[in-house]
Amino acid sequence: MENETETNASDGNATGDATEISGSTDGAEPVTFGWRGVRAGLLTCVPIAFGVAGYGVAFGVLANQVGLSVAEAALMSALVVAGASQIVAVELWADPIPIAAIVVTTFAINLRYSLMGAALQPWFKRLSASKAYGSLFFMADENWALTMRDFRAGNRRGAFLLGSGIAIWTFWVASTVVGALAGETIGDPAEYGVDFVLAAVFLALAAELWEGRSSLAPWMASLGTAVIAAEALPGRWYILLGGLAAAVVEVIRHDR
Amino acid sequence: MIGDGALSVDPIVVGVVLAMAVVTYATKTGGLWLLNRIEASERLEAALSVLPGAIVIAVLGPELAAGGPAEWGAGVLVVAVMWRTESILLALCTGVVSVVALRAVV
Repeated sequence: MENETETNASDGNATGDATEISGSTDGAEPVTFGWRGVRAGLLTCVPIAFGVAGYGVAFGVLANQVGLSVAEAALMSALVVAGASQIVAVELWADPIPIAAIVVTTFAINLRYSLMGAALQPWFKRLSASKAYGSLFFMADENWALTMRDFRAGNRRGAFLLGSGIAIWTFWVASTVVGALAGETIGDPAEYGVDFVLAAVFLALAAELWEGRSSLAPWMASLGTAVIAAEALPGRWYILLGGLAAAVVEVIRHDR
Repeated sequence: MIGDGALSVDPIVVGVVLAMAVVTYATKTGGLWLLNRIEASERLEAALSVLPGAIVIAVLGPELAAGGPAEWGAGVLVVAVMWRTESILLALCTGVVSVVALRAVV
């Protein structure tokens, strides 16, 4: 399948090979970073980015209602690129702006991304720092899921997260502008089933990630913890706690 | 409100947006940054290996628990289509179409 080597002009590699190999010892194939990965990510993610756009419109409407200008709402979408935290931030918005509450809440809601980034590490450790950390700016729930799927299918296209992230970013910013301009005239995203896109993508991924009985114990730990934590705690702590509970269960099993 | 300055930008708002952007970027990069700096033991690798599935389940659990028969029915269809076709696009379309249809009837 991988019959061409991807090149990236910005990266001088001592081996003369354009692909990157980290100093790792496990001898696995290198992870590439080039246009094919960007393109694959972009094309795979466009249909899902339409779902993201449903939320972008909703965010734009909310931002407009609390008094943010179109430019300010677009700026937030372009620089923060994290839907749930942005929607909560504009819900907290007031005059004067509760800066500390907004920034701390944003951090808490987005802490789950650390776990998602950690899950990419087996592949991303083989990329240069600028490529890995640059790509992570564009990481959202949806394109993280698609990227994990692509890596686990045996593809080693390091630019997939970037490509799929560019699709998300473009739709997210554009739909924010649409929502902020349109104000209240646009209906509820649930009317078009857009609110189900994230759940559908994650369900499809779960169907693929299932590895039989060995998945059962960590998944049950994650499910139980997440459902209870979602009831008991604000924000998105439940995602982080569910992931950590599964990791603890797996470590205990590993030690036995 | 939008009429009197769609392009107006308040410096304080820009400051808050920048602060939000910085902490968000820190969360996105923090996990990778930390893992690249510590020696990965076998136990840590075992823990990391279950993370993708566990995160997916942690996102889904409360989301589906908050839903109703329409979401559950559509969810079953998504998984069924995924197992048969392995096409995420087909599974996604099935899910969105069926959730809209099921919400109209149940």
